[in-house]
Amino acid sequence: MSTADAIAIIDYGAGNLRSVVHAVVHAGLNAIVTDDASVIRRAPGVILPGVGAAADTMENLVSRNLTGVIGEVISAGKPFLGVCMGMQALFTVSEEGGSHACLDILGGTVRRFAPGLSIPHMGWNQVRQVRSHPIFDGIADGTHFYFVHSFHVDATDPKIVIGDTTYGPTFPSVIASGSLVATQFHPEKSATGGLRLYANFGRIVRGELGHGTVRQADTVGVA
Amino acid sequence: MMLTKRVIPCLDVAAGRVVRGVKFSADKDAGDPIELARRYNTEGADELVFYDITASHEGRGLFMGLLEDCARELFIPLCVGGGLATVDDLYGVLRAGADKTSINSAAVRTPDLIDQGARRFGSQCIVLSIDAKKTVEDDGRNWWQVYVNGGRKATGIDAVAWAREGVDRGAGELVLNSIDADGTREGYDLDLLSTVTGLVEVPVVASGGAGTLDHFTDAFSIGHAHAVLAASVFHYGVFSVPEVKRHLATHGLPVRL
Repeated sequence: MSTADAIAIIDYGAGNLRSVVHAVVHAGLNAIVTDDASVIRRAPGVILPGVGAAADTMENLVSRNLTGVIGEVISAGKPFLGVCMGMQALFTVSEEGGSHACLDILGGTVRRFAPGLSIPHMGWNQVRQVRSHPIFDGIADGTHFYFVHSFHVDATDPKIVIGDTTYGPTFPSVIASGSLVATQFHPEKSATGGLRLYANFGRIVRGELGHGTVRQADTVGVA
Repeated sequence: MMLTKRVIPCLDVAAGRVVRGVKFSADKDAGDPIELARRYNTEGADELVFYDITASHEGRGLFMGLLEDCARELFIPLCVGGGLATVDDLYGVLRAGADKTSINSAAVRTPDLIDQGARRFGSQCIVLSIDAKKTVEDDGRNWWQVYVNGGRKATGIDAVAWAREGVDRGAGELVLNSIDADGTREGYDLDLLSTVTGLVEVPVVASGGAGTLDHFTDAFSIGHAHAVLAASVFHYGVFSVPEVKRHLATHGLPVRL
């Protein structure tokens, strides 16, 4: 494998980068950690990881000039996977720590869980697959994934929700729109189910699974 | 669909080996950390805790190497503690592959470490670990006192109040270690657990004292813990992680099997 077929993992200072890299590599993919927009543009697929607070995430994405390229590769139809904060950041606005404008690639608000629940929602919970999607290939409906978050997405368009999870209310835990997929849980910490999800993303990138991905012949490598 | 109750093996690591503690003194070798970590990962542990109980510089280097090796092949959450005293220490173990950091004595000495850590890495990364010992006053009043330095030094601080303060400062999870129960296998301190779980909204992990399968059930049903942590009963094969989970399941508790 060469770096030409490496999936770009966007580095904006998020703490769990290495976990994502380990899982992606373990799932048999080639990855490059980068904050270079030109590398992201050339990669056949992109992962936006994340833990921490919405405001910091947005600040870091802005200060590293990454907001434009994220929007660009998603509208170009490049396979894109957002994880946890990397999912929330795609929406219009987050109510975490006040009100922070996010990337607004997907319509919706990121809200705090209602009082009365233990917060953060921390641990293993089930994902109900409400729509079929290649990202779920080989993953049983109701599989447990590892969650750590205090805020959840409230999507304007319910059709983008392909997986949901119940903690108090039911909230979107996997969303998909075009070539974009995002998970509220951490696949890199979700044992075999999570590794399978990354492997599926790799297969989507290589054009081996499903649709909704626009292949760019000059950048897609064969692993 | 429900959030499951977590079962967490804890590896106390000294000089590159897992050791067993009884009332906070390391006394017995319990195996190779990587071998044990792999076993727990395969068995379906929900999370692992690595606790560095060596103070020496060499021990520290060995521990960090170990952490990196484990992080490379374990795809469940790793919480790391032991001697973390500054935000840079927290950053160091997070970069080495930890998902959460467990802070204890340093937070008692410098409570602002909790605020700083939570601000920089998010509350979900900051686990406040509290070593508590029941203290009986001359007038018969009972309270739980915070101990530091591996349970050796009394602080005069009320553990329940400290738990509350820790959460207010930004801790995203609490671990309650009962010094009285640690290593005795006589059960978790359920009074301490239910007192704290009734007071804070963050997840609370029961630690110290598991000896029978019912002790785990009690920590959830009576103590209202969100997770149970145990060391020696797992390392020595008294129970396996799946055995504990199956037992919880038969008592109607949601688990990931």
